[in-house]
Amino acid sequence: MNAQELVESTVSDQLKSESDLPNITVGDTINVHVRIIEGDKERIQIYQGVIIAMRGRGANRMITVRRIVANEGVERVFPLHSPRLSKIEVVRRGDARRAKLYFLRGRVGKSRRIRDQRRGLKHVNSSSS
Amino acid sequence: MPAALLGRKLGMTRYFLEDGENIPVTVLQVGPCVITQLKTPDADGYAAVQIGFEERRAHRSTQPLIGHDAKAQTTPKSEHREIRVDASELDEFEFGTALDVSVFEDVKYVDVVGQGKGKGFQGTMKRHNFRGLEASHGVKRRHRSPGSINGHATNLGTGPKIKRGKRMSGHMGDKRISVRSMDVVAIDKENNLLVVKGTVPGPNTGLVFVREAVRLNRRKTRLAKAGS
Repeated sequence: MNAQELVESTVSDQLKSESDLPNITVGDTINVHVRIIEGDKERIQIYQGVIIAMRGRGANRMITVRRIVANEGVERVFPLHSPRLSKIEVVRRGDARRAKLYFLRGRVGKSRRIRDQRRGLKHVNSSSS
Repeated sequence: MPAALLGRKLGMTRYFLEDGENIPVTVLQVGPCVITQLKTPDADGYAAVQIGFEERRAHRSTQPLIGHDAKAQTTPKSEHREIRVDASELDEFEFGTALDVSVFEDVKYVDVVGQGKGKGFQGTMKRHNFRGLEASHGVKRRHRSPGSINGHATNLGTGPKIKRGKRMSGHMGDKRISVRSMDVVAIDKENNLLVVKGTVPGPNTGLVFVREAVRLNRRKTRLAKAGS
């Protein structure tokens, strides 16, 4: 193994397996189930938004999820493999033609929406179900 | 002997703790090392264990070093380092014993010593955190200069030179740096990997010396006591 593979091997057992994670891409609207620990109690909060960026690989894989709260844009960056994310659900498949949707930050109103993905979903749906 | 080994820095990644917190970690490949010499108070005036790390091709090594390592029944090593021990402990060690990462098995905190990255010739702002001069108010092309370095006065009083040790521009980095009391996060005995929390001096592939923490700060002393 080379150095990079050795580094990755130290955290490989912490990563979620392919089957645990749904097939998600930039542009998708998702529900992120975030585990919130308050003292000794634990509850789950659902954060819904559009994935506007994905970066990193392995343990460093990050997703940036944007949503609008009280007319104010909110972006949260989640480590995809964090144990604090109990579940990710796909709400809607979006059709994004670029890798980073930072242009959404400047959009207001209807132009903020992303067109639904209509084609090429056959293999995505079959693998995630 | 305090647990100590030579190793190489492999790189950094992210580690998730049980409660979901993620921490930055550095992965070090430490060992296997071989005890190449025992320094005794009788022969050398002090007690120490010398360890060798990493193979060196014989034709790249020198005859004295090849012979030195051959005495310990081992192949030529490229790096040697001494670890001071108490004279009474010397009997516990034997020539040619191989040490691997398992010496750190029960160790919670380690010190990591490495050669920091060289930064080249740097000005006072980067090297000593000087503030530089102002951006406006009549400052002309001297925005990053150190400003006054005081009058000419040697350590003895007035004189032709400025005081010794005045902080100025110059070479920065490429120095030996010790990071003390790093948390040991995980150990992989199969590949001789040691995962520590935080950053380690030097580039990836840089040589590092890892030893059991010599002295803990107050917080970690308390944690170590509570844990044991």
